[in-house]
Amino acid sequence: MRANWQPTATIETLYERARLIAIVRAFFAQRGVLEVETPVLGHGGSTDVHLASLSTLARTDKGQRKLWLQTSPEFHMKRLLAAGSGPIFQLAKSFRNGEVGARHNIEFTMLEWYRPAFTLAQLIDETTTLVANVLPSFAGPVVHYRYRELFHTYLAVDPFTTSLETLRTLAAERGHMSAQTLAKEGRDTCLDLLMSMVIEPQLGQQELSVVLDYPASQAALARRHQDADGEWVASRFELYLNGVELANGYDELIDAEEQRQRFEEDNAERRRLGLPEVDVDERLLAALERGMPESAGVALGIDRLIQLAMGKARLEDVLAFSTPNC
Amino acid sequence: MANYSTNEFKGGLKVMLDGDPCSIVENELVKPGKGQAFNRVKLRNLMTGRVGEKTFKSGDSLEGADVMDLEMEYLYTDGDMWHFMKTDGSFEQYAVEKKALGDTEKWLKEQVPYTITLWNDKAISVTPPNFIELEVVETDPGLKGDTAQGGSKPATLSSGAVVRVPLFINQGEVLKIDTRSGDYVSRA
Repeated sequence: MRANWQPTATIETLYERARLIAIVRAFFAQRGVLEVETPVLGHGGSTDVHLASLSTLARTDKGQRKLWLQTSPEFHMKRLLAAGSGPIFQLAKSFRNGEVGARHNIEFTMLEWYRPAFTLAQLIDETTTLVANVLPSFAGPVVHYRYRELFHTYLAVDPFTTSLETLRTLAAERGHMSAQTLAKEGRDTCLDLLMSMVIEPQLGQQELSVVLDYPASQAALARRHQDADGEWVASRFELYLNGVELANGYDELIDAEEQRQRFEEDNAERRRLGLPEVDVDERLLAALERGMPESAGVALGIDRLIQLAMGKARLEDVLAFSTPNC
Repeated sequence: MANYSTNEFKGGLKVMLDGDPCSIVENELVKPGKGQAFNRVKLRNLMTGRVGEKTFKSGDSLEGADVMDLEMEYLYTDGDMWHFMKTDGSFEQYAVEKKALGDTEKWLKEQVPYTITLWNDKAISVTPPNFIELEVVETDPGLKGDTAQGGSKPATLSSGAVVRVPLFINQGEVLKIDTRSGDYVSRA
């Protein structure tokens, strides 16, 4: 039998994809944001416990080296910022092992950009303006929510103060997960489950929803600050449309010491969970030590945005070839 | 049995869940922007036929279930058990309980092949062929000349099933029936 050689997107879709990407490039050109290209491979990788990296062995001038395929272009772009690049954007191939589904593909394209001296509020404004440019038919309002407020509205619990016992019971019931599995899990797994299964599908209906003030434990590479209620929260936002998470933005952590500590905590957690450790990106840490300007940055899944713009059911419908078909 | 991880959950895979064998219907990855990924899985409980939803942490695994589908002909019932025979030439017979037979009881006919689902070599469900030919054993007399559209009437078939048939059908006729919907298709 002949192998299935056909593209997963129609040629017509690829024309529309190219047109939408041209709009993105024009948007940044007009705003004086430089397009850059950085390597897909790196000596360090993402230590994030919830991201599975791909790696490869390469013969280099120093002999055989393990190189990591990026889960986003963040580290290289931050090194450019430290070198004085000013505002930059990139459409970067990124890789996340095991992520396959209607909204996921192991290899995908990330639109990522950084704005030195921007506040998170300015970046949210720019991100929603870009989305409105790509989706001209979208006329809905932009609505801001606090993470805490969403849990109050949809689940009548508080993500910061409700007891772990109550969160586990609620997560088992509303998230359809076995109580035995959840008995071994902490707050973040319960919150992630409730957010993914109950809250997210409600977001971005006839509006662009911006979610703010995530728990500090979910900060990733964002700074932390105390919110109006005195809780420590992550200085980051996520953007939702039609129940789909489109973008994730940070007030970027620029403290080298704290960054090293977070990488090491991630790897300690990886050891505890029996997951492979990931080589820490020493070049990024050196760049942060040298000094990266205060910046806000955001990563947007451009394939998903195109999928929404074209009303396609599956991500593969807007990819020339999905990973299972590559 | 082997264990299967969430990324191996494909439609049709048979796994054990809470002590019952289940068949995976659908598996979708859900992941918040940052944080734990989950698999939202629809499973059909093969003992009850019910479809339920269950969420797993991505990477978790379930034990495989020793389940297989075999083709067998219906032989007879002794009132307690229903007896079937493999069609592979082995003449091997299986006795099926009423609970496993379920709704298929009303579609039984000797020498017709059925799909028997075995779990640990025990029959847990019986699926009839999509179409089956059965004789009408009782219905109101046929209306002569009424072969066009129009009303319908109940007819009892040799297997015990009652189906709606056109008015022109007579007792003793053999009909083709769709067992999935219980609808009359045509005269056989």
